[in-house]
Amino acid sequence: MFILIIGCGRVGSTLAKRALERGHEVSVMDVDPLSHERLDRDQTVTWEDAGGRFTVGTALEISALTEAGIEQADVFMAATSGDNTNLVISQIAQRRFNVPKVVVRVADPARAAWYSEQGLHTICATQVAIDLAEQAVLGAA
Amino acid sequence: MYVIIAGAGKVGWNLARELMTRDREVTVIESDHARFRVIEEELEHAAQYGDATELWVLERAGIQRADLVIAVTGDDEDNILISQVAKEKYGVQRIVARVNNPRNLEHFKLLGIQPVVSATDLILRLIEHEVPEYGLVQLLALEEEHLEIIELEVGEGSHVAGRRVADIVLPEGVLIISVLRNGLGFVPKADSVIEAGDQVLLILDPGLESQITFRFSPSEAGSSI
Repeated sequence: MFILIIGCGRVGSTLAKRALERGHEVSVMDVDPLSHERLDRDQTVTWEDAGGRFTVGTALEISALTEAGIEQADVFMAATSGDNTNLVISQIAQRRFNVPKVVVRVADPARAAWYSEQGLHTICATQVAIDLAEQAVLGAA
Repeated sequence: MYVIIAGAGKVGWNLARELMTRDREVTVIESDHARFRVIEEELEHAAQYGDATELWVLERAGIQRADLVIAVTGDDEDNILISQVAKEKYGVQRIVARVNNPRNLEHFKLLGIQPVVSATDLILRLIEHEVPEYGLVQLLALEEEHLEIIELEVGEGSHVAGRRVADIVLPEGVLIISVLRNGLGFVPKADSVIEAGDQVLLILDPGLESQITFRFSPSEAGSSI
């Protein structure tokens, strides 16, 4: 599978490394060139030598998405730090580029819930944390 | 009519003022606290502090009963989100969204958000209006209604120059609605004669421009018809 990940933070970079280890083709894009460092950390070879791709670009720029390989992507993961950016680019991936599988990270549980009803595959770490905290603090309901 | 404005920058603040002087009920939502304090001095309870991309902030502002939502923050992703949620989740009938970066216009279109207002676009159209060598000026596009109004200058020796309106060959779906001559406009009748140098306003189905412009151009292509 060809996986395109937008946002090279903790989530994006770790997911990218795991995907590459599991034999997938991986392309990562971030606005910050320095974020590339996360892909090399704790690795014996560099990200590029290991076969990964990294491009610098803004997610709303169609040319940047194209350069990162969105037209070939089987999976698109929106993992920037901005909820609204993630929600907009994932809909672009879905509706304009017809990427078969689109996953979007959303921090706000309310927005995550509504957009998931609209057919986006949202992942909300905040909701997971709330549920885990509830269990830890209050015990099983 | 109840109007919610997201973003209290220069555009949002002045819109709120204008609408309030016209006795509209208005709420302006601003996420920057310092900015909010400034506008609250003047707008009082019509100003609310919060991030308008958060659903509870929109609900607190009463989005369920809003007739119009205007998304004019400085961030295009936010404006897209606010408009999309207003329209699709809360069923707001009318939205107006601001495009900050004209390159993002296609994203607004892709996600069905319209009408949109882009300052760059507006200024560009004004320039085109002032610099007639561009030939065609698009004055108004009503996309949902499938109509647009354009302005064309009548070239010397063109097909239309010196012809009566009734004798001008135009495709189906195009109508001459007004003529500007020497700075004055009039609505032409069938026997009005169009002259070179006139500015003609036409209403048409979108996409017909290419079948019209050559009839107004001074080239041989126009005069040989």
